[in-house]
Amino acid sequence: MYFIGIDIGSTAAKTAVIKEGQEPRCFVLPTGWSSRETAETIRRRLAEEEIPVETEETKVLATGYGRISVPYADRCITEITCHGRGGAYLSGSGDCTIIDVGGQDTKVITLEDGVVTDFLMNDKCSAGTGKFLEIMANRLGSHISGLFELAEGGKPLAISAMCTVFAESEVISHIGSGAPREDIAAGVVDSVAAKVAQLCMRHGGDGPCVLTGGLSEQAYFADTLSGKLGRPVRGLKDGKYAGAIGAALLCMDMR
Amino acid sequence: MTSELKLPANFEDYTDAKKNGFLRVMKLKEEGKKVVGTFCSYTPSELVMAADGVCVGLCGSSEDGIAFAEKTLPKNMCPLIKCSYGLAASDACPYFYFSDMILAETTCDGKKKMFELMKKLKPVHVMQLPPGREGTGALDFWEQEIRRAALAIGEQLGKEITEEALHRAIVQKNRERRAMVELYEVGRMEPCPVSGYEISTIMDSLQFMFTSEEKIKLLEEKRNEFLARAAEDGKGRRKPRIMITGCPTIGVRDKIIKQAELLGASVVAFDSCSGPRAQKEAVSESGDPYLALAKKYLNINCAVMSPNPGRLDALDEMIADYRIDGVIEVVLQACHTFAIEAAEVKRFITKEKKLPYLYLETDYSQADSGQIDTRLSAFLEMMQ
Repeated sequence: MYFIGIDIGSTAAKTAVIKEGQEPRCFVLPTGWSSRETAETIRRRLAEEEIPVETEETKVLATGYGRISVPYADRCITEITCHGRGGAYLSGSGDCTIIDVGGQDTKVITLEDGVVTDFLMNDKCSAGTGKFLEIMANRLGSHISGLFELAEGGKPLAISAMCTVFAESEVISHIGSGAPREDIAAGVVDSVAAKVAQLCMRHGGDGPCVLTGGLSEQAYFADTLSGKLGRPVRGLKDGKYAGAIGAALLCMDMR
Repeated sequence: MTSELKLPANFEDYTDAKKNGFLRVMKLKEEGKKVVGTFCSYTPSELVMAADGVCVGLCGSSEDGIAFAEKTLPKNMCPLIKCSYGLAASDACPYFYFSDMILAETTCDGKKKMFELMKKLKPVHVMQLPPGREGTGALDFWEQEIRRAALAIGEQLGKEITEEALHRAIVQKNRERRAMVELYEVGRMEPCPVSGYEISTIMDSLQFMFTSEEKIKLLEEKRNEFLARAAEDGKGRRKPRIMITGCPTIGVRDKIIKQAELLGASVVAFDSCSGPRAQKEAVSESGDPYLALAKKYLNINCAVMSPNPGRLDALDEMIADYRIDGVIEVVLQACHTFAIEAAEVKRFITKEKKLPYLYLETDYSQADSGQIDTRLSAFLEMMQ
């Protein structure tokens, strides 16, 4: 029996497969322009591994903003519930705050006894999300992980605009004034961490935090965020798969 | 995953009700009736009834008019105020057009300043509402404001308001209130035989009916219809029972109330100005009618009042009476009073009542409907 969690986010599509009694196995694909097409690519990829969907042998649960575009899903659950479940599994703690910095949404989720009891998401704006980092990394001629490497060697420059478009103009003026790339990168990371910290503080709570989503394995980000929050923030190996793993586990719970 | 919301064949949606009301108000005007436009549950509509006029609600509920309003009003402002003003100023609201005067109050900052601009379009009488109930002389002051409004209405409508007429209006309006509360209280039944979408549509559409008897008749008919439905309905899967609190939901009913129900909730209670908040307490039918009106209306638990502890008491009571599983607070963009009060409401709901609470801040656009769906779904998943 296979339990499959598919988390189609705005940027990356994550899949987790749990074969009864085994650890989850995961893979990631870019979401591309069509979630429906991505869902088909995932179906083919699973078939190559001899995991046929739409059979008695498999149960599929879809999550993420593209959850409605997976025609072979047995169920859809929001990414909030899935990140809660997956974050608890990966961190081994059912009582913590999960912070998921996604491509277009950032979520802060309170877990008590492994159950989501409260959550808060960012507004319509992309500041404090992966999208902001992606745009700024592009502007600096790098990519997201390159941006963090650069940032580690820099001293943060102020980037105060909350709007991505205005912040990009700020970055351009820093570039124009000849500021070191490292310092600009550090400023970008600092600004995202500040916005995420602000969301966390609005949400409340004081216990340890667990970082899931695309930035989960960026230790530098977890440290910066922890500094701003004054609370421990832990990244997770495979944290970007927390939603998909959570979906696969929920699928197993629901059979 | 969504299903279809079951609505009865005789269901009249808000847009239909509004359109049908146009013809009724036009006919009334032809018969020589005077029409008074209103914006708020603080409006003592008894004054208008006593002057033989009819009230019509002018609160805007759609994106229409907003672009026009933004020529004058700030963009980052309450959509209800922008829509109301935009429709009035662009001559796109027949109800505003037919109004002989506007009876308004200094409720929130946005509305009271907007009324200053509206005065250029129509005769607007603004009642000065005290900012709180506790200040020295607040009740006295409000009573004087009601008397001043009575004179202004009498003059504008060409009919002096007598104490006898006011007393009759109070008695009649109390009957109407009781009928409204009784219909809302169908929501206490478990399972609830009516969707929150249907009940809130009926309530908000009452403003397009112009005689009290007509409204009472509809409310009673609907109540009987729902009770009969309850008798027929099977038990079905238990749905989370949700209360809506916060700002007026008239312009976000489809985006929030309907969607919540499509996603599996049963919206059973409303703590908002169109809900029983303003209707539960009757006006005393004995003693000085002006003082009685002042007392009743000053007690309405809107966040414009500072402080506003009665709101938490009302929430507490409704949570018990309607056996609520979760509370959704709806706040319209840039509504500072409700947005700030939300911190205390959240504390009360989550810490004292130990119930899940969801805060949704939105406007009249569809831009955030995807995000709202995700939040509503996740909220309902918490209750499973």
